[in-house]
Amino acid sequence: MGHPPSQIKNTVWENRLINYTIRRLLLLIPLLIFISAMIFAILKLTPGDPAVILLGERATEESIELTREKYALNKPLHIQYVKMMTNFFTGELQSIYYKENVITVVLKRMVPTLELGFTALMLALAVSIPAGIISAVKRNSFFDYASMTTALFGISIPVFFTGILLIFLFAVKLRLLPASGYGGSMFTLEGIRHLIMPAFVLSFTLMASTTRITRSSMLDVLKEDYVRTARAKGVRESKVIWKHAFKNALMPITTNVGNQIARLFAGAVLTETVFAWPGVGRLAVNAIFRRDEPLVFGCVLILSVIYVVVNLMVDLFYGAINPRVRYE
Amino acid sequence: MNKILSFIIILPRSGTFYLFIFSAAVLLLLVPKSKEDPISYSIFGILTLLLLILSFAIGWHKQRKKSLHMRGAWELMWIRLAGNRTAMVSMMVLIILIYLAVLAPFITPHDPLESDWGALSQGISPSHWLGTDDMGRDIFSRNLFGIRVAMGIGITAVLLNTIIGTFLGIIAGYYGGKTDNVIMRLLEIWNSIPFILLAIAIMAALGTGIGKLIIIVSLSNLMAFARMIRGSVMAVRELDYVSAARVIGVSDAVIIVRHIIPNCISPILVLASLNIGETILIIAGLSFLGLGIQPPMPSLGGMLSNGQQFLHENILMSVVPGVTILLIVLSFNLFGDGVRDALDTRLDN
Repeated sequence: MGHPPSQIKNTVWENRLINYTIRRLLLLIPLLIFISAMIFAILKLTPGDPAVILLGERATEESIELTREKYALNKPLHIQYVKMMTNFFTGELQSIYYKENVITVVLKRMVPTLELGFTALMLALAVSIPAGIISAVKRNSFFDYASMTTALFGISIPVFFTGILLIFLFAVKLRLLPASGYGGSMFTLEGIRHLIMPAFVLSFTLMASTTRITRSSMLDVLKEDYVRTARAKGVRESKVIWKHAFKNALMPITTNVGNQIARLFAGAVLTETVFAWPGVGRLAVNAIFRRDEPLVFGCVLILSVIYVVVNLMVDLFYGAINPRVRYE
Repeated sequence: MNKILSFIIILPRSGTFYLFIFSAAVLLLLVPKSKEDPISYSIFGILTLLLLILSFAIGWHKQRKKSLHMRGAWELMWIRLAGNRTAMVSMMVLIILIYLAVLAPFITPHDPLESDWGALSQGISPSHWLGTDDMGRDIFSRNLFGIRVAMGIGITAVLLNTIIGTFLGIIAGYYGGKTDNVIMRLLEIWNSIPFILLAIAIMAALGTGIGKLIIIVSLSNLMAFARMIRGSVMAVRELDYVSAARVIGVSDAVIIVRHIIPNCISPILVLASLNIGETILIIAGLSFLGLGIQPPMPSLGGMLSNGQQFLHENILMSVVPGVTILLIVLSFNLFGDGVRDALDTRLDN
């Protein structure tokens, strides 16, 4: 007769999760419309005639008129916005500098950026969580002081200064690693050699703040009664730390990682600049200096979409680690 | 008469008073140089005056305390902060940095923009204390001006950020309902674009400049402030004395200024002091990208970006500004941690 109670509960919870995910995905649509409208509005503040900027100073009156027609520049703002968005999606919005479809230009640079960002994120988590846990468990030990001091420097040092110091040490003095550039896919030896320094530099800030948060939330949890009870029952210390304490400390750690993702984006732009990494961040900065507004629009919009989706994934991850979270 | 006498005896007991005496002495010493940069000189004069007022306030407070045997919330906070050695050391570093920043035009041995073509890219020497850069400009002087720009813009931006964020948070928290919904949803959208990209878009449209830089940076962290203040306001709003004030017909503005803000002041302070370090990092980062302070004006980020091109020739060009940024941000972070511990506010960040 039907499912056992625990299974019913599980199905209800899963249904809620699916509902929540669908609702959040649907909410992305108005959010993206708002974001694109805002970027559009900001770029509209640029002084000067966009058609002239697009074609250059020596363009003829006729061609300027044609361009205005093509991009609906002589129409009211909301029509211009709709036109820009349709152009963006159909691939008619072209970069002024690359003379190519904006989406293609951005997506070409996306692989190095994703490689860099993903490696940095994984590296940061792989180092900081064990370091934070050991610092909390062996409180006031030498390891604790050393890792906390390093972490303090990590949140205070500018990304680009870490990068420059590493370049000086490993590329200029020791000549072990290449100073800058992209060495191809991260699955080749040359690719990894080029990736090591940028990935470490980008992960350093995140590593530092996650270590601090892991340590403090582990210290909070280790004070709880149920940890004492578990120890009194004779549960092995490793099990107490991983199953009883760490699982409950994961909540604030996830929140922190979620908050730090914006910093990771900022760090990526800076890291790509220091190491001449051919990613989207560098592309966006160069697009400004080249006054390539369609490309700025594309870069900012696509990166914002990724940012929003990553944040959604962090929110969904909450439920996976903590069943107490209710998806209302 | 007796009262005034004991007051004068008590005055020199505070560190602030000694700081005032030092500043006043420097102010007098600089009189012959004051024409070189009257604005910096008058800013320094105002700061000295503030120190005097502060030391009088502290003296008056100590005097009154003697008869009352009571300690105010601020004094308790100060006692806790003063017991924290790390916070005190970082505060002293910050005070020195502020002096250097304000007095930069009077104490730099060279003009930060002037090239010494006979001494390109040199190391440490008696005439150029930290060497010269690729164009023969004195790194020590440029660094002092860099500190001045970074601290000036950083502190201004955080002040603006705090004021705007607090204002939005108070309005959202106090009025609740629809107002709250609109403000918080708009801020969420604002927050859903990574700040660096927003800065890039705005710089692309409007171009660069110090004023624009301050405005952009001061709009960067509104969400954290608004969310935090909104939470505290919502908690305070339900307290009995606020309801009582409302019942007797006190206007909203007066309730907010007299009852709500004083009760939210400690989270505001903590958040602001923890924020300065990060704001200075953001400004340095934008300058490094070439989107912040524009050359030839010296900025720490810009100096680093220039220094990276001369890593083989002159490492001082990168190390000096880099270590300076690290020192400023580290001191602000440590001081902010101290303020947080002293106010004992739990920040759920």
